[in-house]
Parts: sequence; structure tokens; C-alpha cells
Amino acid sequence: MILNILAAAAVIGALGLIFGILLALASKFFAVEGNPLEIKVRQALPGANCGACGYPGCDGFAKAVVEGDAQINGCPVCTSDQVEELGNIMGVEADSVEPLVAVVRCQGTIENADLKYTYEGIDDCAAASQLADGYKACKYACLGLGNCAKVCPTDAIDIVDGVAVVNRERCIACGKCVMACPRTIIGLVPESAATIIKCRATAKGAEVRNACKVGCIGCTICAKNCPQEAITMVDDLAVIDYDKCVNCGICVEKCPRECISFDNTKRKVAIILEDKCVGCTLCKKACNYDAIEGELKEVHKVIPEKCIGCGACEKACKVDAIHMIARK
Amino acid sequence: MGSIQNIVMIIISAALVNNFVLSRFLGICPFLGMSKKLETAVGMSAAVTFVMALASIFTWIVQKVFLQPTWLVSFGVAADKVPDLMYLQTIAFILVIASLVQFVEMLIQKTNPALYSALGVYLPLITTNCAVMGVVLINIQSEYTLVESLFNGVGAALGFSIALILFAGVRERLEDADIPDAFKGFPIALISAGLLSIAFMAFQGLAG
Repeated sequence: MILNILAAAAVIGALGLIFGILLALASKFFAVEGNPLEIKVRQALPGANCGACGYPGCDGFAKAVVEGDAQINGCPVCTSDQVEELGNIMGVEADSVEPLVAVVRCQGTIENADLKYTYEGIDDCAAASQLADGYKACKYACLGLGNCAKVCPTDAIDIVDGVAVVNRERCIACGKCVMACPRTIIGLVPESAATIIKCRATAKGAEVRNACKVGCIGCTICAKNCPQEAITMVDDLAVIDYDKCVNCGICVEKCPRECISFDNTKRKVAIILEDKCVGCTLCKKACNYDAIEGELKEVHKVIPEKCIGCGACEKACKVDAIHMIARK
Repeated sequence: MGSIQNIVMIIISAALVNNFVLSRFLGICPFLGMSKKLETAVGMSAAVTFVMALASIFTWIVQKVFLQPTWLVSFGVAADKVPDLMYLQTIAFILVIASLVQFVEMLIQKTNPALYSALGVYLPLITTNCAVMGVVLINIQSEYTLVESLFNGVGAALGFSIALILFAGVRERLEDADIPDAFKGFPIALISAGLLSIAFMAFQGLAG
């Protein structure tokens, strides 16, 4: 009996060894030099082989990048350093690309949102969502059963008071939660975006008002007050264009429903370096908010109360005398 | 001359009468997957031919040397003491075929990168191609000699190639044909394959 087992193991083991050695020799003999650029790109990638880029693994993405089919920022897992590295390899400007981060566009916590009924079914958002549009009164609301948290590879999503919350530090913007959410509440926004509309309700104002304390009622106040015209109303819901948004925070102050979240540390203000300013008035002309004062050939000053931090003056300054700094 | 006649019969039998794809229904997956373009069909046929021929030789050797080592008798081992490892046949043959396919993959990648990318996933899938496994099992079952095994493998590969290339030609024409919407793509391909199979049934009784 033992002999039989040993014989079987020996025969298969010997065969495997023989073929293994032959193949190893053959792989040396028939080695194919890959595209050296492709290999470099491949090495610069995270190597997670997650497929979130839409290509079959990191090898496929590297090939697509080299062939020009994919952008260097196509990998959502890459950090900004890695994207820069890719940019160096490919000779593409890397600063034009910004990493993304996932945001949950709902604040319908147990406290804020009204409930339709008590849900005691399967612990799954998709299942709950099918039962009369979910147990929360708002049919757009986060159900908090954590389909997103379950698929998150970095544990960046927690359920707090019945609503998913993304930990920005840990988020790698792989987009898996975006796919997993049956109610399309989660979206990807640029990492620098500090102003987030925390609502997905495209229903009429009265309907939202009845269901949730912090839902967007489509009052358009934010859109009207945005100095950069970055907010548009789409189906009674405010939508921010992050190419235009400068994180001034005006919409956050104006919103009567407190449904725009804001990260105060990302607010910016312009300062003028006195020793560099030549008094050319270019910044004053560039400012749309009368936030810069000063006469020709005199040192100019920023009026912090008026400055929204749009950065137009910084671009206009020819002598590099203006910097955008975090507002205290 | 008897042996040459025998070999010719084996080839005709494997290629036409018992055509692996159209009569034995083995290797349907690459048959449908690789038959969209004549060029890739020819490349696939070449790859399968190579693997089948080599696999026939190697599995025959593995069978005689390892699995049924009757040669031990001449070294003084009693005939009833010779170990019978037939139950390892499947796994041993898969090992042989997988190694061969790996080898062919390297060979093609080196010599013909265009064919390599055209074959794509179907090349490593030859590993699990039941036509290859079928050939080597039939070789042993029919108690063929080494030479007969080799020609059975070549004949089977020839049959596979004939079927694949014929079918690729048919499908290239189907591309231009006015097919009802519901039949476009795989349905019409399967119907064509069925008709081709019926045509090959006419070879029944040709050889033995």
C-alpha cells in the first residue's frame, strides 16, 4: 500500500521534474525580449492586478500605456508619485492628472432621514433596495448595509449611523464601491475637491424635504451664489464641476439644507510677497472680486475677507510674487 | 508492406472517418473559437498538429517507461511484480501535454509574435484541449506502436486542421451572407458546424 503511494508520487514527481527542467532550459533558449518601455511601465505600476483600469491586469495596462491606448492616470490604484513616475517614463506631463477619491453622496443618517419601515431582510443593499425602494423614506438614500464596505479592498469604508463614510486617507479610488452601490450614491471626485454635494436626490424639493433633513431640494441658491459658476442644477440636484470649483466655501455657507460638506483646511487665500511685488497691477486686473488693492508701482495687498482663493492672480503675476496658501 | 498500409489506414481513419471534431466531437472549443479567420485557423491547426504529434510520442514513452514498465521483466523482475500505474494515466498525460503546450507557446512567441497574439488565450487552452487528450488515450487503448501512435496523432491533427480550416472558410463567407438577426453569430456557426458534421458522416465505412 505504502509502496503504491510512493511509486505514484515518485513517478509523477519525476515526470514533473524532467519536464520542469526541460521547460526551464527552453525558456532560457527561447527567451523573448519584451518591449523595454513596457517592462519599465510595468515595474512602476502597483502590481495589484486588480483590473480596475479595465485592462487584464497590470501587464495589459502597461501594454496599453506604451501603445498609447491608455492614459498614464488610467490606473486608479496608483498614487500621485507613481503616476508622476509613469509620466517620467513615458515623457508625458504628469501634473495634468489628479488622483481621485471616492465620496458617499448621502448624509441620510438615522438622525437625518425618516424611515419608511423596519427592514429585517438580507444584509445586502441591493436586496433592501428592491423592497419598496429601500427602508428609508428617501428612495435615493444610502441604506447603510455596507455593499460598498464589503468590496473595499483597503477597508476605507465604514458604516456610521446607517450611512457609508469613506476614509480618504485609505481610499485608493479603485472604483469597486462605485460599482457595488445599487443606488449609485458613491462617486469619484478629484482628491483636492473639498466641496461635496452630499445628496443624490433628483426628486422635487417637497418630496426631499419630507424624507430627509439634509437633502438637496433644488433651491438653486448655491448655483446662484457660486462665484466661479461651477455649480449647475441637474434634475433638481446641484452638481459641482470640479474643473471650475476653487473650494471657496461660499455655497456651503449659503446652502439652507446643509447638504454640502466642506473641508475647511483646503480653503485657500492669496498672499503677496512684498519684496517681490513690482506694483504692475496685473493681479488687481485679474481679480474678479476686488480682493486686491494697491496703486501702480506700489506694493499690492490682498483683502482676505474678499479673496475666495480662485488663484487667478497667482496665474497673472509675472514675477512670482503671489502664492496661494491655506487659509487659517 | 503491411505496416505502411496499416499506417495509411490509421491516418485516413483518424483524419476523415473518425474525424476528431466532426465525428468524435472533441476539441469543439477551439473549433468554434478560432474559426473566425482563415489565417488564425491555419496557425491554430499548425500549433495543434505540433502538440498532437509530440504528445503522441511522449505519452507513448511515458506509458511504456513509467506507467506499465514491462521492460522491468528483462531485468529480472517477475511479471506479476511489475507495478501497474495505469490509474496515473490521466494526470501523467495532462502533465505531458501541459508541458508541451508551454513549450509550443515559447516557440511561437519567439518565432511568430503576430501568430502568438492572434492565438491569444486559445494557445494555452490547447492544454485542456480534449482532442489532444483523446488522441493520446486512443493511442494507448488501441495498443499502437510508437510509430503508429505518431501517425495516429498526425492523422488526428490533420483531421482537426481540415475541419477547422474548412469551417473557417465557411464562416468567412457567412460574414457576408444575409443572415436573419436571430441567427447571427454563434447560432448560424453551430448550424453550419452541424451540416459539416453530417457531410463528414459520409466517410463512415471508408476504412474498416
